[in-house]
Amino acid sequence: MEFELTEDQALLRETTLKFLESTCPITTVRELADNEPRGFDPAWWKQAAELGWTSMLVTEDDGGGSVSGHGLVDLALVAEERGRLVAPGPFAPVNVVAEALSRRGTTGQRRRWLPGLLNGETVAAWCLGAPAAGLDHPGTPVVARRSEGNGLVLDGASQPVEAAAQSELLLVTALGSEGGLVQALVPSDTPGVRLHPARCLDLVRRFAQVTFEGVAVDPEWILDGPGTVASGVEQQLQTTVVLECAELAGALDRVLEMTVAYAFDRYSFGRPLASYQALKHRFADMKMWVEACHATASAAAHAVDADAADAAELTSVAKAYIGERGPVIVQDCVQLHGGIGVTWDHDIHLYLRRVVVNRTQHGTPSDHRERVFRAMDAEVSP
Amino acid sequence: MSAREVVVPAESDGTMEDVESFRLRARSWLADAMPLLPEGMNNHQLSRQDEMGERARYLQRILSGGGFAGLCFPREYGGQGLSRAHQRAFNQESLPYQMPTLFNVPTFSILAATLIEFGTEEQKHRHLPAILRGDELWVQFLSEPSGGSDLAGLVTRATRDGDTFVINGSKIWSSGAFRSDYAMCLARTNSQVPKHRGLTMFIMKIHQPGVEVRQIAMVNGTAEFCQEFFDDVIVPDGDVVGEVDDGWTVASRLLFHERDAVGGGSPYISGVAVAGSGGGAQRSDLVNLAARMGKLGDVRVRQLLAEDRINSRVQNQLVRRISAGIRAGALPPPAGALPRLFAATSTERHLDIALDVAGGSMAVWMDEDSEDANWGEAFLNRQGGSLGGGSSEMARNIISERVLGMPREPAADRDIPFDQVRHN
Ligand SMILES: Cc1cc2nc3c(=O)[nH]c(=O)nc-3n(C[C@H](O)[C@H](O)[C@H](O)COP(=O)(O)OP(=O)(O)OC[C@H]3O[C@@H](n4cnc5c(N)ncnc54)[C@H](O)[C@@H]3O)c2cc1C
Repeated sequence: MEFELTEDQALLRETTLKFLESTCPITTVRELADNEPRGFDPAWWKQAAELGWTSMLVTEDDGGGSVSGHGLVDLALVAEERGRLVAPGPFAPVNVVAEALSRRGTTGQRRRWLPGLLNGETVAAWCLGAPAAGLDHPGTPVVARRSEGNGLVLDGASQPVEAAAQSELLLVTALGSEGGLVQALVPSDTPGVRLHPARCLDLVRRFAQVTFEGVAVDPEWILDGPGTVASGVEQQLQTTVVLECAELAGALDRVLEMTVAYAFDRYSFGRPLASYQALKHRFADMKMWVEACHATASAAAHAVDADAADAAELTSVAKAYIGERGPVIVQDCVQLHGGIGVTWDHDIHLYLRRVVVNRTQHGTPSDHRERVFRAMDAEVSP
Repeated sequence: MSAREVVVPAESDGTMEDVESFRLRARSWLADAMPLLPEGMNNHQLSRQDEMGERARYLQRILSGGGFAGLCFPREYGGQGLSRAHQRAFNQESLPYQMPTLFNVPTFSILAATLIEFGTEEQKHRHLPAILRGDELWVQFLSEPSGGSDLAGLVTRATRDGDTFVINGSKIWSSGAFRSDYAMCLARTNSQVPKHRGLTMFIMKIHQPGVEVRQIAMVNGTAEFCQEFFDDVIVPDGDVVGEVDDGWTVASRLLFHERDAVGGGSPYISGVAVAGSGGGAQRSDLVNLAARMGKLGDVRVRQLLAEDRINSRVQNQLVRRISAGIRAGALPPPAGALPRLFAATSTERHLDIALDVAGGSMAVWMDEDSEDANWGEAFLNRQGGSLGGGSSEMARNIISERVLGMPREPAADRDIPFDQVRHN
């Protein structure tokens, strides 16, 4: 949690927490995992949208807005609470696409898609089908040829994309046949688009590979707002990573909290685990790492929100650090639980699943370290 | 004792000069007044050549004359009464220049910080302006040959004699005592009460009859460490800091400032000893090393350099977070041990990475490559940063017990009069 919140932000955090605790406690997450193919309940998603979960990165003119005026910082507070309860729902994809539309979309594009995204009726997926700056995506990228009449024709396959099979809209990034990136808004029922569900360690998040076979895009649905497409994609990547990191920080915080409580309750040789120095020292290290995760997640959110010059570096610093530490912390917490830590019934695996998935998506720690290296090298040898 | 706590504002508060105009003023003043760093050298290396601290005193005098000494110290004691944001701006601007970084730890960030909070008005007016003018270097006389972690178990005695105290015993590991002027010295004034309740903190002039200072050769070839022997050293009443027999209160706060200083959170640190990561557009020393080795294209090395950069970025972010948490009352002051532990472990990692990047030339080198040998010697002293300022193990005790609230370690000396306790 951030220590210096405005009153409105503190209220937002509290409301989010109450909403999650009352509508989607861990027992509900487990039920969704068992019974809900979509991974989330669409009616619940609309309730969340009413609380502003999908509108904070959208300008007020477009019907969005946030309590502090720093949309991403506010949204990161929500992400963190979501992490604490391993909440379901297409949170990052919808926000990234809504923000991209609001920043880069034409009036027609915004009118067509934003209202549904904002009120929770429409779900969208961010389909990074081509390499983003410094992040190499293996596999065939999606290629876009210019068609007659200046539209696009998409061919290729993306890596598994979150919420793709639950979405009506795909924001597709493709490699233009003349080089450079292009982005297009593609309804998922467009002929030639096919969805192949993937399996995922996280029990309530859904991914699917998307293939494109001669998919025609009308010129009016090409997303080509101010700035280069590459800078737009980079910005979308930063937003995604910030939300991922905030969610990770929340999840790690909760896991440590649970494990500390367990160490007080669990007795061995007549005294609590919390009284053994060998374990206390491990808890001290974990506390330090978790605080560091919070610190770097929040620094990244502030930097991206402010469009700071070092926003790219700070998002990668956060993702590399948290991505690397996260699974180490959770596994150590599993260890400190003893046997019960590796059972299905104990909640800790829900967190481990979330943490591992977030670590690996949108750049592994090594990918992000390479980005950090390039940023520091560019600083001195332009 | 929190009533005495002095809080340095994080940001400019309206009564102060605006940070950006301060920055510009500092920039042009620095360009006029301060000598540039010699090519390829940092302030840390420079201060290693300044054994007696003469250069540091000279540089501090220039800062003081220009109104840039003690930015976050109160005006009434010779400081400038500004915020952390001003200090950060000044640190960035001062990167290319020689700075008296020798004063930062422990003089400004630990001892002056403690004196502001516990000193009498007379003590503060006597010493703080002199410190900020560059006239006084201070050290801490805390650790003893019998032990450092168990500080309250120290055995140096201070016996009252009229309106003075007479001190006998020995202190050790005091860095730089031979070149310094004053010390804060913790001594036992009462042995018939449990250990924490019989201590008193004194201001002690170092170079005076009865004090013998011996330098101790260190593993990296320097002789920074000292041992002092006290033989009937007379200290006047007026040099007691805080209350007699309540020295633990003062020492606890001193240790808080020490963790803050070595963890990177002190607002009183001015100038950057080793520029690099996070500091601005200047290469970190490790990147320079890798460049000299021709390894900037090596994927594995790039990963290591980035890891080092990430650690130092995250360290700064953690410092800010924990300071904010303590200020807001969301974290207890012992949470200062978190950045302290982070600094210690990332310094260890920094030197491990250097060992990897430098390869053989860190251990076997030709005269013309002696720059790489510095890394070797730094590596030999790797654990120094995890011991000085309280060890990493003690930091872990503090975090688990006083931040997470876990049970204290059993102590055989709890509530027992000190003269009945077994010690070294
Ligand atoms: C670079 C440097 C600068 C220093 N500068 C100063 C200075 O200016 N003034 C000054 O007074 N002192 C100074 N010190 C001394 C420093 O504070 C002590 O070295 C430190 O507190 C440890 O004390 P010790 O050396 O007596 O080791 P010990 O206390 O004997 O400890 C030995 C080992 O046991 C561990 N240990 C001890 N007790 C516990 C416990 N309860 N739980 C778990 N582990 C434990 C310690 O962590 C350490 O690893 C400096 C030290 C260094 C390295």
